[in-house]
Amino acid sequence: MIAADVNVAQNVGFYIIAAIMVYAGLRVVSTRNVVHAALWLVTVLGGVAAQYVLAAAEFVAVSQVMVYIGAVMVLFLFGIMLTRATIGAEGDLNNRNWAMGIPVALALVGVMAWVIIDEYGSSTIAEPETVMPTEAISDIYLREGLVPFLALSFVLLAAAIGAIVLARKD
Amino acid sequence: MSALLAVEIPYWGQSLLRVLGGIVAVLLPAGTIVYLFLFKMMSFMQSRLGPMEAGPFGSMQLFAEVGKWLQKEDIVPAEADARIYKLAPIIVLLSTFLLVVVVPFGPDAYFVDFSAGVFYALAIGSVSVIGILVAGWSSANKYSLLGGLRAAGQLIAYELPMVLAVVGVVIQAGSMNLQDIVVAQNSGSIFGWDGVGFPFVLTQFVGFLVFMIAVQAELTQVPFDMPIAESELVSGYMTEYSGFRFLIFFIGEFATAGVFAFIASVLFLGGWGVPFSWFGWEGLDDVDNWMNIGGPLIMFTKMLVLTGIIMWVRFSYPRFREDQLQRFAWKVLIPISLANIALTAIVKVAV
Repeated sequence: MIAADVNVAQNVGFYIIAAIMVYAGLRVVSTRNVVHAALWLVTVLGGVAAQYVLAAAEFVAVSQVMVYIGAVMVLFLFGIMLTRATIGAEGDLNNRNWAMGIPVALALVGVMAWVIIDEYGSSTIAEPETVMPTEAISDIYLREGLVPFLALSFVLLAAAIGAIVLARKD
Repeated sequence: MSALLAVEIPYWGQSLLRVLGGIVAVLLPAGTIVYLFLFKMMSFMQSRLGPMEAGPFGSMQLFAEVGKWLQKEDIVPAEADARIYKLAPIIVLLSTFLLVVVVPFGPDAYFVDFSAGVFYALAIGSVSVIGILVAGWSSANKYSLLGGLRAAGQLIAYELPMVLAVVGVVIQAGSMNLQDIVVAQNSGSIFGWDGVGFPFVLTQFVGFLVFMIAVQAELTQVPFDMPIAESELVSGYMTEYSGFRFLIFFIGEFATAGVFAFIASVLFLGGWGVPFSWFGWEGLDDVDNWMNIGGPLIMFTKMLVLTGIIMWVRFSYPRFREDQLQRFAWKVLIPISLANIALTAIVKVAV
């Protein structure tokens, strides 16, 4: 790998954001308050969006912010505050089997790292010349990807209708 | 003048100018709105003079108020979650600063040229909900918590019509880049007549109306002020805040009003541009450099008109009830904007 191919600033940015994300991820599972855990999760998801921006995938980054931070996390916080909004440490957030999570997490990291290294090895992906325009993305999923896109839309519609049917009292 | 504007500014200089411009673009509208509308227009509508002592016609009142707030003690309630309590107003103001980043003020006077600009603006607009929710929760106060929950419910409900109202503009312009949307409006023509360009408010009037109503609700301005209803919730999520943290919420409220008005004028009223045919410009590259000075002034004027309407409605109407508010969003605004999208798409494909 030639040094000229590597964008140093981008790599430095990647590692700083990655470090913040790992720390925030650990805090999600170790903090004693469920709202704090949710806010650390917001940090992790915001970090993912920042990584997408670094990878020149603006549209995906904005989707990440819109879906995960703007909708999912707001609903999380909303639900938590509607049901159990205690301030300060809570004793019953951990159960007895919490240690089982560690090998599962390590195994997951191992499998994903192995898949990525097996696929790419030491080869690097060229830095994208320009940001992918939104039109190009829509062209892809409304032409080649039209059938999976419609199928997914149908599944989501069915899920939404199902949720309404289940939630209705009468 | 034109020689000065033709100077090539180095990268660090451009970055510095953009940071300073961003601060001005957030704080100047906030100050202007508070003085012009909150102090003077409201007083006029209520047959009184408003502040008159500080400076000519009370124009220095704003600085007196800010000075007063900065001197006050920064109180944190004993039961509150101190760190999050202190963080919450900053999240709200931060989302305002992040919002202004995509707004173009001139051919070169933009902060970033973002291909998914509209989408970004709508996504960042929803980040402030988190700040408001945790502000209500961390205050350890029932009224605050109720206010925070009401705010979240309202903001989620009105975000949808807002997004859907914008889709019509995006279809018509064929781009989500705000700069492209400005160019599309100013280089367009109405049946061959290009005297005023083609501001999208003419064809997207329904979208414009839905957008402005949703903005009113997103800003929690009367008649959508259930979350901060002072007569029942004692200002909701802001109840416990005092001193400069209350000031941050206050600035955030009016600065966001200004920024949303900027976005609305870009989407529907032609943004910074004048019709390109007036000066014989073909496209964005031909636009003269003086538009980098004129553009922000045009944007500022349009922003004042739109926030004037927002404030006018605020001073005129009584508050909605919670159920009326939700019903209005889900049963009126969303169906209307969906119909608008379908109609726009059909016309776009047919023409």
